[in-house]
Amino acid sequence: MNQLLTDPAILRELIMDHYQHPRNRHLTDSEGYETAHMASDSCIDDIKVQAKIKDHRIEDVCFDGVACTISTASTSMMTELLKGKTIEEANHIIENYFAMIDEREFDEDLLQEAIAMRGVSKQANRIKCATIGWNGIVQLIKESGDHS
Amino acid sequence: MFDVEKIRKDFPMIQNHQGIYLDSASTTFKPQCVIDEVSNYYTHMGVNVHRGDYDLSYQVSKSFDKARDNVAKFIGASSKEIVFTSGASESLNLVAYGYGRKFLKKGDVILSTESEHASNILPWFKVCEEVGATIEYIPLTKQGECTIEAFKKVMTNKVKVVAMANVSNVLGYVQPIEEITKIAHENGAIVVCDGAQSVPHLPCDVQKWGVDFLAFSAHKMCGPTGVGVLYGRYDLLEAMDPFMLGGGSNARFDICGNILLKNAPYKFESGTPAIEGVLGMSVAINYLQEIGMENIRRYEEELRSYAMEQLKDCPNIQIYNPNATTGIIAFNIKEIFAQDAASYFSSQGISLRSGNHCAKILIELIQASETLRASFYFYNTKEEVDAFVKVCKEITLEKCIDLVI
Repeated sequence: MNQLLTDPAILRELIMDHYQHPRNRHLTDSEGYETAHMASDSCIDDIKVQAKIKDHRIEDVCFDGVACTISTASTSMMTELLKGKTIEEANHIIENYFAMIDEREFDEDLLQEAIAMRGVSKQANRIKCATIGWNGIVQLIKESGDHS
Repeated sequence: MFDVEKIRKDFPMIQNHQGIYLDSASTTFKPQCVIDEVSNYYTHMGVNVHRGDYDLSYQVSKSFDKARDNVAKFIGASSKEIVFTSGASESLNLVAYGYGRKFLKKGDVILSTESEHASNILPWFKVCEEVGATIEYIPLTKQGECTIEAFKKVMTNKVKVVAMANVSNVLGYVQPIEEITKIAHENGAIVVCDGAQSVPHLPCDVQKWGVDFLAFSAHKMCGPTGVGVLYGRYDLLEAMDPFMLGGGSNARFDICGNILLKNAPYKFESGTPAIEGVLGMSVAINYLQEIGMENIRRYEEELRSYAMEQLKDCPNIQIYNPNATTGIIAFNIKEIFAQDAASYFSSQGISLRSGNHCAKILIELIQASETLRASFYFYNTKEEVDAFVKVCKEITLEKCIDLVI
């Protein structure tokens, strides 16, 4: 485990960076993309997650919408982690991410920068923010019919 | 003499809880006398109104009628013009469905504003869909205020209903309701006034205002949740339909489906009402009147200017309603998303609201998809304002993020 990723200052930097310069923050009309509209009834977040899933692989994933710091950063991290992964690899990462959020055991190396979100469980009202984009990709994988 | 420390002793939520509550525009705390009244009904009264020829029921009915008289007196109406509902939302829906759907027709115009609460606009969308009427909006100033000049420009003889709040729940401006009503009436339109944010905060007189309908909720004025009022001019109440039928609203009915409804207001009150809620609301009204509505209004304005005086020097604060006079401050911390900021305020013991506050079309006007809303009531103090301002000055994006690290 990279020691740097336990330093609060570094974790804060990571979240700031993904919030201020989110990766893959755009939407597309291109062929082969499916869209999940993730809007929360209880808070402001309202985003769309799009993915192109082909031959058991997430070829591309992107998002955009109105979102707070935590939703933006966590979704940005998700897109960076899952882009190019096979469905099997992606599901494994997703499982570990949700384990972290639920304060269960998880593989830190697998989550890379996304472990910056490990403290979210302290703020119960923000868990939804940290998982909204992740739930988006879960929905898209499910809808793609590819559960491998 | 306005003694806020004495007032605070009346509120168990203030006595029993740490923290600063700046979300009274959503709902208010209840004084002990209201809690006692609700509890008293269940402890010592316990039976239904208007039913049963026994003493207890007679007593409850009498108290219930007296509550109606009290509400009427509070807003300058007569008792038969007071319909008890579940709250302002139901009251406004009742007007839209019971009056709008019955009397509006294709080509008619409903005039409203872009700062309206969903409860005073969505029912009218539905009416338009059904009868072919349209909604038009009074253009607001850049600060979101409604001016008489702007109102006059869009007022035509096609306008049949003017639906607006006299205090907006997001921006807190007191709209010139008297003048608006006068002009509307000259043009043959009725005025449906959402009083949810005004009746609890300033003196209200439906005769003086001239409004045809006025809706408000008990829980925003120190009363119980789940109960509210629709005031309606009596001839209009008589003409319109209830949108619920059932026990209590009918005088008689027969097997062929003939129904004879009671007169207003009873024809609108099907089913057993929120008896303890109505009794509690009446006590809340007494409580407010004892303090004095003008005193409440003045104190809130004083609290607000005290806050604004300090906030105007904060370069990181954007205020959307600088000219408002009620206890609502709509603002954002620059570069910090409203929900992140609200979480930070919460971590510092301050409860306020983030979001679009049920006025989703306003966002285009103020160019902010979400705002923070701090709302003061007469039980808030200057010390609480100081604490609020301190957090406004200290907050940074880093501090917001640190909450989750």
